[in-house]
Amino acid sequence: MKSTKDIAELLDEPACEHNKKEKSGCAKPKPGSAAGGCAFDGAQIALLPIADVAHIVHGPIACAGSSWDNRGTRSSGSELYRIGMTTDLTEQDVVMGRSEKRLFHAIKQAVESYNPPAVFIYNTCVPALVGDDINATCKSAAERWGVPVVPIDCAGFYGTKNLGNRIAGDAMVNHVIGTRDPDPLPLGTERPGITVHDVNLVGEYNIAGEFWHVLPLLDEMGLRVLCTLSGDARFREVQTMHKAEVNMMVCSKAMVNVARRLQQQYGTPWFEGSFYGITDTSQALRDFARVINDADLIERTEAIIAREENRIREALAPWKTRLKGKRVLLFTGGVKSWSVISALQDLGMVVVATGTKKSTEEDKARIRELMGEDTLMIEDGSPKALLKVVADYKADILIAGGRNMYTALKARIPFLDINQEREFGYEGYQGMLELVRQLALTLESPVWEAVRATPPWKTPKSLPSLAVEAAANDTTEQQVLQAVGV
Amino acid sequence: MAEIVKRNKALSVNPLKASQPMGGSLACLGFDRAIPMLHGSQGCTAFAKVFFVRHFREPIPLQTTAMDQASSVLGADENVIEGIRAIAEKSNPALIAVLTTGLAETQGCDVHRNLREFRDKYPEYAHVAVVAVNTPDFTGCVESGFAATIYEIVKELVPNAEIAGTKPGNRKRQLNVLVSPMLTPGDLEALRDLIEQFNLRPVLVPDLSDSLDGSLTDDDFSPVTIGGTPVSELATLGEARASLIIGASLRKAGDLLQEKTGVPSHFFDHLYGLQANDALIATLAEISEQPVPQKIERQRAQLQDAMLDTHFMLGQLRVAIAGDPDQLNAFIHLVQGMGAEVVVAIAAGNAPVLATAPVDSIKIGDLEDLELMAKERKAQLLIGNSHAVASAERLGIPVLRAGFPLYDIIGGYQKTWIGYRGTRQALFDLANLVINFAHEEIEVYHSPYAQKPESERQTCSPSCH
Repeated sequence: MKSTKDIAELLDEPACEHNKKEKSGCAKPKPGSAAGGCAFDGAQIALLPIADVAHIVHGPIACAGSSWDNRGTRSSGSELYRIGMTTDLTEQDVVMGRSEKRLFHAIKQAVESYNPPAVFIYNTCVPALVGDDINATCKSAAERWGVPVVPIDCAGFYGTKNLGNRIAGDAMVNHVIGTRDPDPLPLGTERPGITVHDVNLVGEYNIAGEFWHVLPLLDEMGLRVLCTLSGDARFREVQTMHKAEVNMMVCSKAMVNVARRLQQQYGTPWFEGSFYGITDTSQALRDFARVINDADLIERTEAIIAREENRIREALAPWKTRLKGKRVLLFTGGVKSWSVISALQDLGMVVVATGTKKSTEEDKARIRELMGEDTLMIEDGSPKALLKVVADYKADILIAGGRNMYTALKARIPFLDINQEREFGYEGYQGMLELVRQLALTLESPVWEAVRATPPWKTPKSLPSLAVEAAANDTTEQQVLQAVGV
Repeated sequence: MAEIVKRNKALSVNPLKASQPMGGSLACLGFDRAIPMLHGSQGCTAFAKVFFVRHFREPIPLQTTAMDQASSVLGADENVIEGIRAIAEKSNPALIAVLTTGLAETQGCDVHRNLREFRDKYPEYAHVAVVAVNTPDFTGCVESGFAATIYEIVKELVPNAEIAGTKPGNRKRQLNVLVSPMLTPGDLEALRDLIEQFNLRPVLVPDLSDSLDGSLTDDDFSPVTIGGTPVSELATLGEARASLIIGASLRKAGDLLQEKTGVPSHFFDHLYGLQANDALIATLAEISEQPVPQKIERQRAQLQDAMLDTHFMLGQLRVAIAGDPDQLNAFIHLVQGMGAEVVVAIAAGNAPVLATAPVDSIKIGDLEDLELMAKERKAQLLIGNSHAVASAERLGIPVLRAGFPLYDIIGGYQKTWIGYRGTRQALFDLANLVINFAHEEIEVYHSPYAQKPESERQTCSPSCH
């Protein structure tokens, strides 16, 4: 089990803006009124996309049994990450102290059946509590079977999902990054006059393959992505991350400790950016060129940006007229807020309010900059509160994580899923087309009218039709207001 | 009689099993204005919630005692007591089920004592029914967690006949029905309909067809379930004419219900296939003292006809099935009753009913076991949950989706398997999956001497055959 000191150190992240507020780190959950995942959840989300690794969840069935193979992240090759593996501890294992032994043999079985380049072990609550020494087990298993075995000590009770992200990042820096130098550039990839620069992306998960909208542009710029931590990554790519010239923190503070520690240990500069929306995508490409500081790269990047922006603006034009002026309530965690806001504003939509529960002061400042001073920032993300804002601000659509999908649908409000379980990719210039298509699909759907209508037999036909309509409208409006507690 | 083959490998690959707390939660979600609270770390609840949301495509009320490092080591009694209080205060539910996880059980929690302490400390919430159930995830599966929770609810919330003065048969038309998680909301609707045709009033315990059937209500949002068995109804179970217990896993709960109330329990392992439904209909006719309605007889005749039509496709079909014990047993009976051969049977956990199943052996295992054994024994069709779809793809054989979770199709929860009609549709579905798939076509033969047009002639010489 991690000591309280270890956890306190992870919570005290100097590169995280939350640290600079009066209450540092993340808030403590309350029994009976809490929501959200645990440290194991966070660690698994952060690393599972490393596609060729055998990911073994060490614990009884609940941890893996209800969570395996449910991420939208995609791989361009190995599919091993989609095979669910767990030690599925039994009562006997727990009572008789046999869980370490089972883990040791489980690693052997995974290595023999699937021949992975590495095995990751996710420690969970029960083995942490009974005191399994997973560091020692991993070490001896690695020696015995000749394959790197990485302990990720992420028992759920250590804390939140966010802490789990950091534990995962920490494990990568401690055990994996820096254990191999990058391959030489493949023959035949050199282009005259173009210097290839090595870069990393941290916190890019390739949901629905969306990073493949962006990667061709980076390739064109002459940026070799050594590794994305962790979308569509391979173990051998993670090993080389220390050699990048620059790291981009994508759209999330979750693994900011990786960027910070790579800077401390290897002097790699990092910047924060996002690939959501035209403005932010262009900014991210510019930032790469700016930090690398290669005059030729800067020039070529501007040309690519100009070409892509023109192309996409033309393609978006017919959609913009359909979406212009639509009012959006955006409820996402943290940094994603400002990055999605700019994407929506690119489309001429109005963001009436946004969630800022996980945002830092810096994020909030950027939101104010984008949306103006009197923007409503929502801290309370309970379904009831969200529905009230939708009604008060006359929002046409709720954009939020999948967890809130049925909240919106039950209240008969159009909805767009923006979280990691989603099936559509919105990144890059090309992703904007998918975004508008999905927005129009729900906003313009004829079903909204149908589900809001009262059955014909509840509208008395004998009354003059106008009066009836007015009455009906009144009641529905009142009902809506009552229902959302106004 | 089946031999039960226990697990013999260290690593579980592609788990079939979901945990006991999930089963307990599901049981609780079948009551009106109810909410389950898992006693464990936050993730236990978050994962369970996502699992159910993906299956039912509904908002799912589920809470957590949010154990952290300190309470995991030093004791989490306060978490349970304060958790119950917070829910009672905020959401005013009719029922809270406190379900333990592996973490809480390993730590050594005593939720029953916690519940007593809650009652002492907060008498103002005496009107909120609360049950505490031991459902650690290091033993059992969804079905056993569900059964344990129903047992606890019968034990705590159904009054003893002597004390409450209830009398079996006081409510002449009431029929109690305890149902295992193998019955979908669609099944429960069909069952209710069958029972009502005998002029009986069924009280389903629990009733997921009223809470998770996917209907749009007037309420925009509710922190607790909307619909389900009313908790107040539990007090009337002792007045019913009889009880039906559907699913072998509920045997203990059915025995207890009879013992407490004196209402006779009638047990059914499952309701798949002609014989099982004949037994149900005969029992309903007997209890109601009414003849079997013509409509039902017609449906029975339709099923018989469907059995004739589909036996061509299903006879000798080599089937591999994975599921929780009740449903596995039901499918084995259904397909063997059609002349198919169950070549692989994988159960998520052990249960007494498995030993009675008409196959040589049943393996307690995972979907890797299913896949490897199905390959070795040349299965032609899989029956399993959505996770088994990837296995079927790798094996190159069709799959019938059944069980938990079903996330890659819409409306899986509404599929009706039981009754004559449900069985008939299940047979059609099975037959359609294999109609053009499983049977091997004779390879085309080209005679080197044939006088076919030039374009159809083989290029090779006769010796190449």
